[in-house]
Amino acid sequence: MTPSRLLGVGAFLLGVFVLVPLLIVLTGRWDFYYTLTSVALLSVGAAGVWLTFYIGRINIGQGAYALVGGYVSAILVTQAGFSFWATLPMAGLFSAAVSVAIGLPILRLRGVYFAMVTLVLTEVARLTALALPVTNGAKGITSIPLPGELSIFGLTVIPDFASLGNPKLAFYLMAAVLMVLTYLVLWRIVNSRLGHLCRSLQQNEELSASIGVNTAMLRVLAYAISSFFGGLAGAMFVAISQSIYPSSFVVTDSVNFMLYCFLGGLGYVFGPMLGTLLLYFGWDLLSVAREYQLLIYSGAMIALMLVLPNGVLSLLEKKGGGK
Amino acid sequence: MSEPILQIRGVTKRYGGLTANKDISFDVRPGEILSVIGPNGAGKSTLFKQIAGFVTPTSGEVLFKGSRISGIAPHKVARLGVVRTFQETTIFRSMTVRENVIVSHHLRSKASLWGFFLGSAQARSDEADFARSADDIIDFLGLQAIRNELASNLPQGHLRALGMAIGLATHPQVILLDEPFAGMNHDETMRMVGLVRRLRDERGVTVLLVEHDMPAVMKISDRIVCINFGEKIAEGSPAEIQANPRVIEAYLGSEDAAIGM
Repeated sequence: MTPSRLLGVGAFLLGVFVLVPLLIVLTGRWDFYYTLTSVALLSVGAAGVWLTFYIGRINIGQGAYALVGGYVSAILVTQAGFSFWATLPMAGLFSAAVSVAIGLPILRLRGVYFAMVTLVLTEVARLTALALPVTNGAKGITSIPLPGELSIFGLTVIPDFASLGNPKLAFYLMAAVLMVLTYLVLWRIVNSRLGHLCRSLQQNEELSASIGVNTAMLRVLAYAISSFFGGLAGAMFVAISQSIYPSSFVVTDSVNFMLYCFLGGLGYVFGPMLGTLLLYFGWDLLSVAREYQLLIYSGAMIALMLVLPNGVLSLLEKKGGGK
Repeated sequence: MSEPILQIRGVTKRYGGLTANKDISFDVRPGEILSVIGPNGAGKSTLFKQIAGFVTPTSGEVLFKGSRISGIAPHKVARLGVVRTFQETTIFRSMTVRENVIVSHHLRSKASLWGFFLGSAQARSDEADFARSADDIIDFLGLQAIRNELASNLPQGHLRALGMAIGLATHPQVILLDEPFAGMNHDETMRMVGLVRRLRDERGVTVLLVEHDMPAVMKISDRIVCINFGEKIAEGSPAEIQANPRVIEAYLGSEDAAIGM
């Protein structure tokens, strides 16, 4: 790792964990915690979508896995009495398992056909949540307790959220840690041989198979990792809002996950993170334009795709900077 | 005579009413350069796809060293040592030449997926080996000057060579070259002919190729199999093929001058 990169990572961590809370205390804008927590969690989901883009598949179904993850966590906490912290990895794993079952047949499809099927997935997940008895239909699952204490060998690692004076800050930190870990994993995948193989898949699946890559397995693996991130994000959202409904994640959310990736840049690991931040805040800022909000927003998106087809981060490259 | 390395046994492929290959049989001996020729649409590429596992024969089978390889997945066929390069200039376009060759060493990696992810000692030593071997292959094919070029920027001739480099990186025992001389001028073709020879002579790879360029085929092949309308019509040395009346008939009217070179 080069010193400049190390410095960049340090600055980023300092910004997320020290500067942001400090600025919020100084300005008294506590509402920003909720916004930034959402950004962090959405970017975790977007990281997954980005990985499916990396193997050459357009994924517009991340909302489905977020919903699955959310319900898994909610049901386990309210009905089986699990600790939230135990349900978090379980939500991710369950989403990944579901994605393997769905991915095996549909990952054979390419291009727009795969995209179309994934677009339907979110709606399927919503209807399933409405129909199943365990998910409590349209009434959803409400008054889910806040995450409890997490202790290892009697040592409290994370205190009980209900006992905290400022759960908003705690949620923000938790989401930020999750985001940092997610992007660490993603960065590691992309810069290892695994990432090179994913790239070979993205560029030419037939050639990839003929050099001996088990393309079907790699596709499913990437999709499962992607959905794992989706499940994590979903479970965290549920913990924050303390409720989940079939409409907690809808098709629009799935589309947004994809847009975050496009905006940030499909060629850059940290693209989806930046894309989420820009798009989420951009939408909020545009609310001053009232009825023209959507018009300006979509116009800006189209313009960005035309001017910067490789995402906002490609600006760095033009100036001669690295990844 | 040594045992055949590859045996094509009665391979037939039907697409609905269309018979692309009809009961084709021939053997490939280790260390030979065998060309499959035939007019456009004769079923040469279909035959190649069946050997490499991309298409399953309707009936018949392909044996590699005595065991069946037809009908199993391409990556498994590649693992056994039969590797196909492509008719189109199929490469990983947005990687550099060196990255293309390095990534193609996949078959030889010993580290597990977890090893890749965690960057285990095995994974790192794999990577170092691959980089060294990739540089060897790049030198072998004379691609040193364009080592760090993006593949999408390369001209035709270099793309073919790169396709071959990708094939070589898998350490094949049999390499299937699909029209390696297509779209090349005379000088490029002659250079490529030399390369394919060296592939066999220096690396001991058995070469099976499909090609339209008759002068090149006549020059390079030990033996030739001629296919027309999906059926094998002749097999033999270049001289025998040139004199074969059925081959001449197959090419007559379209390219009668080409066969006599």
